[in-house]
Amino acid sequence: MTRGSDTGISFFQEGDRLVIAPQGDWTVHTVGALDARLRAMEMPDEPAVIDVSGLGRIDTAGAFMLDRTVRRDCSDRTAVAVRGEHDTALRLLARVRDVREDCPVPAVRPSGFRDWLARIGEGTVHGLDEGVKTLSFVGETLIVCLRLMWQPARIRGTATVAVMEQAGLDAIPIVMFLSFFVGTVIAFIGATTLDAFGARIFTVELVGYSVLREFGVVITAIILAGRTNSAFTAQIGAMRMRQEIDAMKVLGLDPMEVLVAPRVIAMLIMTPILTFLATLAGLFGGLVVSWLALDIGPTLFLNRLVTAVPIDNFWVGMSKAPFFAMMVALIGCRQGLQVGGSVQSLGDSTTKSVVQALFSIIVIDAVFAMFYMQLGI
Amino acid sequence: MTDVQVSSRPFAASRDGVPAIRLRGIVNRFDDNVVHDGLDLDVRRGEILGVIGPSGGGKSVLLRAIVGLRPPQGGTIEIFGEDLTRLSGRERDRLEKGWGVMFQDGALFSNLTVIENVMVPLKEHADMPLALARELADMKLRLSGLDASASDKYPSDLSGGMRKRAALARALALDPALLFLDEPTAGLDPITAGRFDALVRDLQQAMDLTVFLVTHDLDTLAATCDRIAVLGERRVLATGTIDELRRHGHPWIQDYFSGPRGRAATAFQDRT
Repeated sequence: MTRGSDTGISFFQEGDRLVIAPQGDWTVHTVGALDARLRAMEMPDEPAVIDVSGLGRIDTAGAFMLDRTVRRDCSDRTAVAVRGEHDTALRLLARVRDVREDCPVPAVRPSGFRDWLARIGEGTVHGLDEGVKTLSFVGETLIVCLRLMWQPARIRGTATVAVMEQAGLDAIPIVMFLSFFVGTVIAFIGATTLDAFGARIFTVELVGYSVLREFGVVITAIILAGRTNSAFTAQIGAMRMRQEIDAMKVLGLDPMEVLVAPRVIAMLIMTPILTFLATLAGLFGGLVVSWLALDIGPTLFLNRLVTAVPIDNFWVGMSKAPFFAMMVALIGCRQGLQVGGSVQSLGDSTTKSVVQALFSIIVIDAVFAMFYMQLGI
Repeated sequence: MTDVQVSSRPFAASRDGVPAIRLRGIVNRFDDNVVHDGLDLDVRRGEILGVIGPSGGGKSVLLRAIVGLRPPQGGTIEIFGEDLTRLSGRERDRLEKGWGVMFQDGALFSNLTVIENVMVPLKEHADMPLALARELADMKLRLSGLDASASDKYPSDLSGGMRKRAALARALALDPALLFLDEPTAGLDPITAGRFDALVRDLQQAMDLTVFLVTHDLDTLAATCDRIAVLGERRVLATGTIDELRRHGHPWIQDYFSGPRGRAATAFQDRT
């Protein structure tokens, strides 16, 4: 028994037969070092014999290596001659030979220019397809919501309120905080650029218009897209992976009604409230900077805000909130329902969900900007 | 030159006569719920030990305790004579390479293909070129009874039986001396389950494995296990062959083997 000796192999000619004599331990932990050498070996035409008398320990990995070495090509199915006594080696060699693979089919891997074109094509078709599917999901959800309006008793009150708390109430601090800082940044920009024209008082208009029309609602929507939308996808996706959605369906529950509707309704209620709070915080941020850095006192700031910035701007901002709410909730739920069986698909769906939500928020915002410009508001 | 010492590489000096697994005084509890209290159990080398017991009786908890996923609150666990609770992190790592675990649902990594799953332990723990790891993984999948068409699929695309085979191939990747199987045939149809039982038996003989097998399946017990340990009342109620247990006086064991399912399975064993 040669335990602990170095793993090796020697070849010698005995008459017209090649003798292969493995030495030392041939286990999964040792055979890696021999791989390159044995792979490059050219076997002679006459059958070889394996002499196992110098072999230490062996496992299936070692047996596989020995078998691979004596096999001339993949179609060789003749039994391998073994000599020497080594029960384990004989048993494992026989076992490994049983499951020897067939001739490998060379794998064709598409690559290069054609592959690149194909991927662009696939991506384009996939993108269009996603758009159509999102729109049809919007339609489906609207129908469910309209049906629930006729039968308000079917609305899941507890679920709706729970989502309102998680997605709405809990988001208030972060939304107000970020909006406050955006307000201060705008005021600083106003201070530096407008001061050059001696028009620093117009900082109030700058803050007022931008926060009321755009930043209050867009900041809120972006935070919801990152925070709530991804949570919706992960929650519903995990339920899908564990077949909970299927269980719901066979129990006669409509996932649209049980899962999607409460989220949409909760978001429709909470997003305008969050937007309102974000707007307040943004204006306050502007006020603080104007006061501390520009010597525009709070009274002057508020007076100027009321007289110079029409209230229409506030309604322009608020009018966008329900649309953003719908998009965030719908995309989150839809991507969650798209999740397949694997963990990978959950990650993919969550990523897609956030990207699509941000994309649609910006696009919808741009559409609204054009719309209100045409209306002259 | 006869050497039957197959696969004890990761274990230091292999003292003959030392059981593969030796449990003494194991205590497991979840808050106030005591699952095991002073449990003793030996698994001999080269045997397939079936572990049975009522649902919630702590079979899986015991398995998790042995493989170190949930260290027990008390007692000692010796694997081939080495006390797990006293080993340093590095020694534990070495020991862990010497066993394979197959979880109930397979626990295959869902973002890897089947063959990549089997290659994971080979790549991480054995120093070898990638091409060889691939060949060995392919061989292990064949040993486990999967054909080549399955190897590039993802686990979510496989049937339950194929997933179990793939999980078995991954558990066997490093040629472990010790194999833990958690309900390997649960959820399989009787024919597939029967093939799986035969496969485990076959591999156990070919690779000289010691197998710790948690199961509910009476057919598996009858077809594969050398000995059976019955867990219950927070300890091991009895160990022995199926025939010895049939004569055991404990009411639960009586119910288990004398119920209609138990009779069918043992009758099957008598025929074969």
